[in-house]
Amino acid sequence: MNISRPSTAIGTPTPLIDGIEKVTGRAEYTADLATAGALVGRIYRSPHSHAEIVIVDTSAAQALPGVIAVVTGEDCDESFGVLPIARNEFPLARDRVRYRGEPVAALAAVDEVTAEAALKLIRMEVRALPAYYKIADARRPEAISIHEEKPGNLERDVHSEFGDVELGFGEADIVREESYHCAEVTHVPMEPNVSLAEYDPERGRLTLHTCTQVPYYVHIMVAKCLKLDKARIRVIKPFVGGGFGHRSEALNFEIIASLLARSAGGRVKLYLSREEAFLTHRGRPQTDIRLKLGMKKDGRITACTCEVMQAGGAHAGYGVVTILYSGALLNAIYDIPAVRYDGYRVYTNTPPCGAMRGHGTVDVRFAFESLLDAMAADLSLDPIQLRRTNQLTPPLRTINDLMVTSCGLPQCLDWVERESGWKKRRGRLPPGRGLGLGCAHYISGAAKPVNWTGEPHAVVNLKLDFDGAVTVLTGAADIGQGSTTVCAQVVSEVLGIGLERLRVVANDSAVTPKDNGSYSSRVTYMVGNAAIEAARNLRGILVEAAARKLEVVPEDITVQGDIYRGAGDQGPGLNFEEVAKEALTDSGTITVKGTYTVPREFQGGKYRGAGVGPSMGFSYSACVVEVVVDEHTGQINVDRVWVAHDCGFAINPLAVEGQVQGAVWMGLGQALSEETRYDAKSGLPLGANMLDYRVPSIAESPPIEVGIVESMDPNGPFGAKEASEGSLAAVLPALANAVFDAVGLRVNATPMNAERVLDAMIRKAREDRRAADKEVA
Amino acid sequence: MKVILCLNLNGRAREDAVADNMLLLDYIREIAGLTGTKQGCDGGECGACTVLVDNVPRLSCLTVARSCEGRRIETVEGLGQNGRLSPLQQGFHEKLGAQCGFCTPGMIMAAEGLLRRNPDPGDEDIREALGGNICRCTGYVKIIESVRYAAECGKTA
Repeated sequence: MNISRPSTAIGTPTPLIDGIEKVTGRAEYTADLATAGALVGRIYRSPHSHAEIVIVDTSAAQALPGVIAVVTGEDCDESFGVLPIARNEFPLARDRVRYRGEPVAALAAVDEVTAEAALKLIRMEVRALPAYYKIADARRPEAISIHEEKPGNLERDVHSEFGDVELGFGEADIVREESYHCAEVTHVPMEPNVSLAEYDPERGRLTLHTCTQVPYYVHIMVAKCLKLDKARIRVIKPFVGGGFGHRSEALNFEIIASLLARSAGGRVKLYLSREEAFLTHRGRPQTDIRLKLGMKKDGRITACTCEVMQAGGAHAGYGVVTILYSGALLNAIYDIPAVRYDGYRVYTNTPPCGAMRGHGTVDVRFAFESLLDAMAADLSLDPIQLRRTNQLTPPLRTINDLMVTSCGLPQCLDWVERESGWKKRRGRLPPGRGLGLGCAHYISGAAKPVNWTGEPHAVVNLKLDFDGAVTVLTGAADIGQGSTTVCAQVVSEVLGIGLERLRVVANDSAVTPKDNGSYSSRVTYMVGNAAIEAARNLRGILVEAAARKLEVVPEDITVQGDIYRGAGDQGPGLNFEEVAKEALTDSGTITVKGTYTVPREFQGGKYRGAGVGPSMGFSYSACVVEVVVDEHTGQINVDRVWVAHDCGFAINPLAVEGQVQGAVWMGLGQALSEETRYDAKSGLPLGANMLDYRVPSIAESPPIEVGIVESMDPNGPFGAKEASEGSLAAVLPALANAVFDAVGLRVNATPMNAERVLDAMIRKAREDRRAADKEVA
Repeated sequence: MKVILCLNLNGRAREDAVADNMLLLDYIREIAGLTGTKQGCDGGECGACTVLVDNVPRLSCLTVARSCEGRRIETVEGLGQNGRLSPLQQGFHEKLGAQCGFCTPGMIMAAEGLLRRNPDPGDEDIREALGGNICRCTGYVKIIESVRYAAECGKTA
């Protein structure tokens, strides 16, 4: 069999195949689904940050005409959580509430007015407990445990050392240690949280439509909490308005909607307000970092120690994974011979943190790249050159057992150096204007899945039927990133057929194969590879059918696009429809599948925590930011951003650009203005809305130029790797380093809002004056 | 209390009985059944619900339906004509101005209002006109390109 590829299915900018639905308003998100007869759900949330529940009295609410169902913690004694080792959360609090806004009870009523009125009738009696909103308070010796099984409120501490750190520091010409602080941030996907749950009381079955990135994880947790056989549950993900990690684990409201539907014996729509999204949260934790690097005069890094403290909020969620990523990904970007890491994940009485775009790596990368810049200045080295000095040369296995098979960071550096005019402009711009560099990397899916069951990471089914159409069936959750389009492109490429012959059906557990969902940048890599295998399997069947029809052996069949010919055949050959017809004649509808499993050697080392960090492919990113700092107000304006991203191969360059721009911009938001805040005395979330939580608007968002670097990963689908999360982490330090270039000031904290920068400028002016006075004296 | 509301929605005259405190957003989504217009926040924060009222972009979540008596309301569903996308819809599709698509209807309607009063906007005009519409996916870069594309289409049309 010979395949020639005239196709432009991959590598060509391709508008999303579900884009027309989005621009016409025809795309149906969960809130848009027909809800005739649906009851209105509402959640009663704790007004206390930390308290023992004495009684939750719902009798008055229950008695209100029009209230059909009321559920409390009494109705569900099964805990949930994304990590099998840390399921310590109940959909509705039992015995104790641990953050202000935690769901305590829920009800379903005939309409909104009744539901709101009933909510006001719920009474909660508690014995107050001391609440801790800050790491230091939660870690005090006299502090009581927020979760009894975790004394000292230490959810997880991680201690690892690879290489000889002391030796490394001994060999260094300079050693520098700094502290960094990053405020907690949250995802703010545009679509509010909604679930539509329908319980069929006659058959004991549940259908759940919900806005999630991980329909399968929701499926498992709903089954667990309702003690209902998974086979009786159907989970459907409609169009989803963004996620960024907010929806990368089953959330309490999805389980609550299901509990309500069962209790009501019918259909319940649970629509959460924007404020409730801030309470549901799962964002990036507040992080304090102490980082020390040793360096030779030529810029070679000799050793690294890093201590990280994260305020994880009231429940486990992904917390253990976050604190492990923060350490694991100190590696696999530069050639560092020795790394020691001490990570502490602490429980606090605030809404639970979790996975957010760039999971676990962003704040540590901010610290690392900021310190590299500072040390480059100490040694009078060019920051780009310093990165080149420490570059990785794949293939290699890092000191903590991560496999690096491709690395385009050098090409990324070349691109930003050239495009930003780095050599001519850095350090030579007018006062108040500066350029800064940051680099980052990220995984293309975690090699070890959350549930270590041995099942494949991804399965894709293809159906070829008598209509001559190919249906791609996938559980990959498109949340706007374009995974549905990638699946179609990949199949189109392998089969040599146009997108118009393809249809993608995604995320209906009754129809599509199980998939772990959209998080950790896994979909293109893992689902893409599964889709390639499925398409190759189908092509094999078609080649055999063509051989039969042409009366030749399959090995002699040549496939050119969608035309099949025998060896030496100069005629028209058989087109796809003819071959499909032949293939279907004997067998009827053809269904094939492809799977993807990560090979053992990529799954990491044998030490505790080794499961977090390993990936089949690492993306790389270099970013240069140009800023203008107002020397009177401290206001930072970002003029322009150049970012080069090594995504291995751009299956859809349009989507890669869009993803990288979106990630960089989200990083700018964290760097400049975003911060969740809680009242220091009451734990009340402050500014839980999109005006006070300052997501950048179009008015202040800069042009972002993207350079796509293609290092052709040996195992990626057509060479592809991750294409977004890595670039997020690069922009924060790039911005901080640009501020240093502009005003000679290191702001080792985010957000770098005007207040913080002005304070730092005033402090620096005072110190400069004192130093000058000393010299005079 | 319910009132009879007469208005023109996407070119069609309608007469509906609506609660006197009903929001235009709820009227459009629930009474007219047009779910293209989105609610992204608790009121006036995000711009996802933007529609045109007599050619002017308005937040339908902050507008009482009955205040639109006799007005001409347009939503994203009303833009495409004769099986063709409008220039802005085409632009947002081709240039990837829409990723998750949730802010897109509001974004397109705000941009439509801009192009009607200024068919040849500069980038700063676009930034100003869309300043109240939050997008969390794109970083706005491709949204500006999408609006520019539509403006160019308008010139050649």
